[in-house]
Amino acid sequence: MNIIVVGLSHKTAPVEVRERVAFSPNLIERPLRELVSLDDISEGVIVSTCNRVEIYATTHDIAGGTARIKRFLADHHRIPLESLEQYLYSYHSEAAIRHVFRVASSLDSMVVGEPQILGQIKTAYGYAAEYRTSGTILNRFLHKAFSVAKRVRTETRIASSAVSVAFAAVELARKILGDLSGKTVMLIGAGEMCELAAKHFLTSGARGLLVANRTFAKGERLAAEFGGEAIPFEELFQELHRADIVLSSTGAPHTIIAPRDVEAVVKRRKFKPMFFIDIAVPRDIDPRVNDLESAYLFTVDDLQEIVEANMAQRNQEASKGEEIVEQEIGQFHCWLSSLESTPTIVALRARFEEIRRAELEKTLCGWKDLSPEAEKRLEIMTLSIMNKLLHTPTAVLKRAGQGGRTDLYTDALRQLFDLQTSRQDDDELELELEEE
Amino acid sequence: MSKFFFYCTLVLYGGATLAYLIYLLRTTPLLATWAHRLISAGFIAHLLSTIHRAVLTGQLPLTSMHESLSFFSLAIVGAFIFFERSYRVAILGSFVTPLALLAIIASSALPDEIRHISPILRSNWFWGHALMAFISYAAFTITFATSAMYLLQEHFLKRKRFGALFRKLPSLEIMDDISYRCLTIGFPLLTLAIISGAIWSVQAGGNYWNWADRKQVWSMITWFIYAALLHGRLTTGWRGRRAALLSILGFIVLLITFFGMRHSVTW
Repeated sequence: MNIIVVGLSHKTAPVEVRERVAFSPNLIERPLRELVSLDDISEGVIVSTCNRVEIYATTHDIAGGTARIKRFLADHHRIPLESLEQYLYSYHSEAAIRHVFRVASSLDSMVVGEPQILGQIKTAYGYAAEYRTSGTILNRFLHKAFSVAKRVRTETRIASSAVSVAFAAVELARKILGDLSGKTVMLIGAGEMCELAAKHFLTSGARGLLVANRTFAKGERLAAEFGGEAIPFEELFQELHRADIVLSSTGAPHTIIAPRDVEAVVKRRKFKPMFFIDIAVPRDIDPRVNDLESAYLFTVDDLQEIVEANMAQRNQEASKGEEIVEQEIGQFHCWLSSLESTPTIVALRARFEEIRRAELEKTLCGWKDLSPEAEKRLEIMTLSIMNKLLHTPTAVLKRAGQGGRTDLYTDALRQLFDLQTSRQDDDELELELEEE
Repeated sequence: MSKFFFYCTLVLYGGATLAYLIYLLRTTPLLATWAHRLISAGFIAHLLSTIHRAVLTGQLPLTSMHESLSFFSLAIVGAFIFFERSYRVAILGSFVTPLALLAIIASSALPDEIRHISPILRSNWFWGHALMAFISYAAFTITFATSAMYLLQEHFLKRKRFGALFRKLPSLEIMDDISYRCLTIGFPLLTLAIISGAIWSVQAGGNYWNWADRKQVWSMITWFIYAALLHGRLTTGWRGRRAALLSILGFIVLLITFFGMRHSVTW
């Protein structure tokens, strides 16, 4: 059995194509069922996010399976396959395993290390499990992908730094003020960006929020939303000393906070550090405020610079993540190959058992004066002969599976004993694995 | 035996310092872990070496420059391990361990014969004086290191340099906090060391205070600087940059006192 991946992502397709191919999560049942009803596709999972649409499936026929899934994608979304094909990529076997591990670990994301993708794959898998379109192989495969993602997250610092401006502001404030719990944030003006940053500060532990807006009512509304306190704009400088973090974004045509204002405030605060972010254009805060003792002023450009530096660091950490993925691929591949041999073992055993039963019945039928004791002994003897005969081939096959050389043995056995592995065997196998 | 442990210490401190210095340039969490293990192992070896020597001579190993420097180094590393544990600031090691290594290298270069100070000078006041002085020196060494780190980090923040070192250095508040805590440990000890030194000086047949003894005079200057710093912190809220600069000045004067001025009595 092989794992195949067919899909497209932000790397291969523009957004107009991605949105046409996307699957809606509440209507996912039908496409999932259609997918597993395709010829020789036994299991399927559909992952659909704004940056990627991918189908994970299992098949015996790699080329045919891949072609059928591509056709399915085109037909389902009513796009001619010829125009869709250029955006699609497909992987099978080891490359497919690598791809999914990388995607789950957020190594293939637009913003490397972003945490959403793992949740999105988990949700997609949840649907497949609910509608029973994923089976033994994809179940195990995706659980493995989740654990690889977890390893990458904990063993590298891929997600340790902020990659949005609002988060960068929080990170920067921590470098100055240390622990943010108990710190007070002041909003001057009520821009959207400020609001977002304030939200981040409050979820990061900051306690109080002061809002100074020219329109007092608007300031009051915003303050109420976050459980803060509105202050009249004219009293800004009387209240400024209460703020540890100041976010300013008024539409004022000139600066509203001058160095001497801040100097007085800093003295009043006994030089407790103050963190200023000026989001307004033109600026609200005189740049010379940054030269004052215990006052640290940053603009959006500064924050953007941090974001870029953090991105560079993430990309560096990503190479450590790639190493972890490579280690894990080998292990999973071994398991997948050993799976190949299991249905053969089951079929072989069934064939032997069938022969033993038939012969035993034939013998017992013509043997009238046999005591129940002797009958039991015969049963045990034949069973143990069968087990002894099967012991070595089973062990050899399992070993071969771990070394990835199963095809040779399973093919030979199938031919020699005329075995047919069926769907039923897979079910038995599943039971066996669940017991594990 | 104490020599064997002493050389073990030298090697372990050397390894730890190297690891901490590489950690400045390369961000590998594993490196910090190993540096910490090395310095901890070094500290244990150093402690054993010091205890062995004390048992051997029947006196605190603070009688010669060799012994004093070694003890100074031991106290620095002890203080570092304590603060590293409580604040989890690995990068502190990159600033502190080189100082401890320098002290122990200097110590190893000096004659290590066992000296017995004359019975007149043997007094609990002397031992108390020396012990407290060195522990306060160690505390001030940590203050010096965190002050230097503070100034560096502040420079990055004011000039908007967001490099790898900026990322590794802790927040200004944490460094200021460590500085302050060390000051509150170091200053009372230094005060007690000066007082017990004066009492001991009387016992040894001198005066409480001898203005001709340059070491005493410089100790007083050191004391005044740290007193001013503590006073400024407690009353007008001196902190951050101002406090860091004064701490560095205090440490420089302290080094002059320790190395530059010979004691009129013992050395």
